[in-house]
Amino acid sequence: MTIYIKTLLEKDMREDGRKLDEYRPIKIQYGVSAKSAEGSAKVCIGETEVIAGVKMDIGKPFLDTPNEGVLMVNAELTPLSSPEFQLGPPDIESIEISRVVDRAIRESKAIDFGKLCIKKGEEVWMVFVDIYPLNDAGNLFDAASLAAIAAIKDAKFPEVVKGKVNYKKHAKGLPLKGTPISCTIGMIGNKILVDPTNEEEKELDARLTIGIMGNKICSLQKGGEKPLSIEETEKIIDLALKKVKGLEKKL
Amino acid sequence: MKLTKRSDGRKFDQMREIEAKVGVVKRADGSAMFKIGNSIAYAAVYGPRELHPGHLQDPTRGKLRCNYNMMAFSGSGERVRPGPNRRSKEIGLVTEKALTPVLDLSHYKNMAVDVFIELVQTDSGTRCAGICAAAMALADAGIPMRDMVSAIAVGKVGDKVLVDLTKEEEDVEEAVDMAVAFTTRGGEVTLLQMDGIIEKSDVKESLKAARKACEQISKIQMEALKKKYKK
Repeated sequence: MTIYIKTLLEKDMREDGRKLDEYRPIKIQYGVSAKSAEGSAKVCIGETEVIAGVKMDIGKPFLDTPNEGVLMVNAELTPLSSPEFQLGPPDIESIEISRVVDRAIRESKAIDFGKLCIKKGEEVWMVFVDIYPLNDAGNLFDAASLAAIAAIKDAKFPEVVKGKVNYKKHAKGLPLKGTPISCTIGMIGNKILVDPTNEEEKELDARLTIGIMGNKICSLQKGGEKPLSIEETEKIIDLALKKVKGLEKKL
Repeated sequence: MKLTKRSDGRKFDQMREIEAKVGVVKRADGSAMFKIGNSIAYAAVYGPRELHPGHLQDPTRGKLRCNYNMMAFSGSGERVRPGPNRRSKEIGLVTEKALTPVLDLSHYKNMAVDVFIELVQTDSGTRCAGICAAAMALADAGIPMRDMVSAIAVGKVGDKVLVDLTKEEEDVEEAVDMAVAFTTRGGEVTLLQMDGIIEKSDVKESLKAARKACEQISKIQMEALKKKYKK
């Protein structure tokens, strides 16, 4: 497979016939857990499928942000979705995905955390985003990020009766100022490609995940062992800024 | 208490709407989705594959291992803490016992057949939904099976034996909830769990109702399996 993928890339071709800068077809389905979660969505990028759900609860704010709500992002690479994932405590791969998705949403300030405050220093809304792949056919980073923001977009506050959360009734949606989206771009040799399949992922020399909201960059995460030159980094970011428009339209 | 009708208008022996689909997880060797009412279960099968740790290997036959997990947002109330807990481990265990009798794993010496069940949305009867999905996924994976397995929750609410209880019905005071799995052709019970207090005659009636429901479920499972290969 290694030789096959690399030989094709020399001719700017890929195993599934895509161009180097072409995403697989993207589909978003909202409310896949509407009866249980405050918000939910399933994202398909080609054969990769990821489900994200939002649960909300009232809790205590962090000491350093007494008038802001709390966001928690968690990804679990379920052994259901790939023969390569195993049962057990979260491994480094799922921790990295959680944190990269978390950072893009948090740092973009897309959620107005001030509006999640109920009583300063005492009660705030906690927003839990849980991400589960159903099928890992590559590029979980982008699918997870898209599913997370779609689920947040879908989420509605549960009703509060006498200080207690009533999960049976929901009111308005979360205060959102934008939709941060991650775009992951890989390098194999000197070729730059978007949306790698799981076979291509194994061959990646370098990987850069760029969180983008509007035209601004809100997070970066480099992966892979190959160092990137400044020129390559710029080129990758330019491509991400271009590609993210297509992802945004699907929301 | 006299029960005259069910809150969602169903007949006493009527199940909620069922949807079943095979081949939902492309990377798995076999997979299925089973939806009953608002409970949605996905199951994926991997194997036969090498069994680790080695001391669990059985030189006479392969081993079925089932794992049940609720997605953190899939509960009806607050978030479920991710990771295994006593409940999910027990359900994994009884799922294994429910399915093992129909499997022929004698050719897979020292190997494991792994089944992973994920609940996306839950109302009630999730372990039964998981077993139904797992049985279809095992068939989809081509694991030799002597029979199909179907499962349903039955129970007694007030003075009536009900089939496929909702969460609301389960929560009625003194409601009895019984999870049952049947092999289709054999008509044998491979899962039986109950809590509450009932008469022996009610157990008998409940089992009869469960058998009838499982026969219907089995047809839906078979239909879904055939559909994958019909073009």
